[in-house]
Amino acid sequence: MADGAIVFQQVRRALAVAKKDIRIYYAKGPVVIFGILFPVFLFLAFVIGRNLTIDFMMPGLLGMVVFFTATAISPVVAPWETQARTLERLMSCPVSISTIILGDILASFAFGVLISLVTVLAGLGMGATIHQPLVFAAGLILAAFCFSALGLIFSAAPTSMPSTVMMLSAMVKFPVVFVSGVFIPLSDLPAWGRAIAFVSPLTYFTDLARHSLQASGHLPVGIDLAALVAFSILFLVLAMKLHQRTMPRRI
Amino acid sequence: MNDAAIEARNLTKRYDGLVAVDGISFVVNGGEFFGFLGPNGAGKTTTVRMLTGIIQPDGGDALLMGRPAGGIGAKQLSGIVPEMANAYIDLSGWDNLMLMAELYGVSLREARRRAGSWLQALGLPQRKDSLVKGYSKGMKQRLILCMALISDPELLFLDEPTSGLDVQSARLIKDLLRSLNESGKTIFLTTHDMDEADELCDRVAIINQGRLVAIDAPEKLRTATSSLRSVEVSFGGAVPLETLEKLPGVSSAKKLGDKYRLYTASPGDLVTSLVNHCRSCGLNIVSLSTLTPSLEDAFVALTEKGDGNG
Repeated sequence: MADGAIVFQQVRRALAVAKKDIRIYYAKGPVVIFGILFPVFLFLAFVIGRNLTIDFMMPGLLGMVVFFTATAISPVVAPWETQARTLERLMSCPVSISTIILGDILASFAFGVLISLVTVLAGLGMGATIHQPLVFAAGLILAAFCFSALGLIFSAAPTSMPSTVMMLSAMVKFPVVFVSGVFIPLSDLPAWGRAIAFVSPLTYFTDLARHSLQASGHLPVGIDLAALVAFSILFLVLAMKLHQRTMPRRI
Repeated sequence: MNDAAIEARNLTKRYDGLVAVDGISFVVNGGEFFGFLGPNGAGKTTTVRMLTGIIQPDGGDALLMGRPAGGIGAKQLSGIVPEMANAYIDLSGWDNLMLMAELYGVSLREARRRAGSWLQALGLPQRKDSLVKGYSKGMKQRLILCMALISDPELLFLDEPTSGLDVQSARLIKDLLRSLNESGKTIFLTTHDMDEADELCDRVAIINQGRLVAIDAPEKLRTATSSLRSVEVSFGGAVPLETLEKLPGVSSAKKLGDKYRLYTASPGDLVTSLVNHCRSCGLNIVSLSTLTPSLEDAFVALTEKGDGNG
């Protein structure tokens, strides 16, 4: 079989893996709690009692929603499948480990995009305006993919305990939210705060969202998009390399 | 069909410095029903996992139907029932089958036809739309076999497929495996059940402590262990075991309930000695039969020899 045909075949099978993940894991309790309820309540705790406009609130809320939802599923699929003893069955099928990883990322990506779109529609209903819809759409897609790949890195340790992975991911996710311009725009951060913010991929999506909804981003749009592409490639390659090494050790 | 379906060459696997599989080599012919036996921890499952590409060997290699084991091409031709594996319990039986079909690239139409046919053959058509979490162990195992067959594989790996199942499920699976083999499929069966291996397999390999200790037809393995031939006898009255052990030709003896089993290289001569002994003592023989060694006897003898115990 030609290389192109093999790639096409494996992508189709990655979609089958993603479909399976969607059907099994979207309604799991920890996914709903940590992926949807948690960012919403965290955001409410920040905005309630403060006189903030919807245009100011939306970029931060969207940043939190896409970050938490896109990292809600990808970290827990591998430990859940190890625990349920379905991983060996999956690994014996004619799919590469990269195909399995890509399928998990796609399922998490779709969850992130879907819940973010619901948030966008709610925001539009409350009077928010998207000034640059194409930039916003590109940013959302890149960010959801980037964070899904990041989620896979959390589950690279070959544990069968989803709670261990969730604890590890929470340790990384919370600090990231606080240093990424979600609650305070980058322009209002001190220089040292901005320096830290630039190592977080969430910073670039939040900045893109401010460009699109407030027309007042800190960095040029091209830099934000390029940073999200670079982080996506980095996380994807890292996730695949790590899982290729650790997945056989789960069996 | 007689081209090699599986060629294992010097397969080796180590875990934390311990050798789990120690350079084993063997060939399974196309269309053969091949049994792979060994005690717990002997290296059976590790070998199957290397052959099916779930883990990589540390040394050696294997070919499945001429393709490198572990590659997509080899996996595409194989159906696998892994030990301890599960179907997705949050999906229905039917959805599990459709998932497997998608992962093997089977067209939807063909997948539906095969799924219906295998579910029927394995007695699951009424439960196909129920979530697997409600299935019994036997039903789950039958479903996992259906999942392995959905791609119509040339080569089928089964790791302890009937372990812990009820009699009906085990019989259904064994009957199906027999008919699959008759239709030309190569079957690699790992089992603890010697009767199952004896009943189904053309040849068996015995692995112990990571090394192959025998590979032959079950009948030949039995006859090769001629020292395990025995005479089973029961008497009308009590007889001390030591008396029987001293009879000419008896290599060892053991009491089994109200019977005695006397091991000998020459059962005919021993029967004569026994009859003479009973006449001289006035003992009544209630039953007497000569036994050839079972595959289990051969297995125990071969693995104990490997352990240095026998």
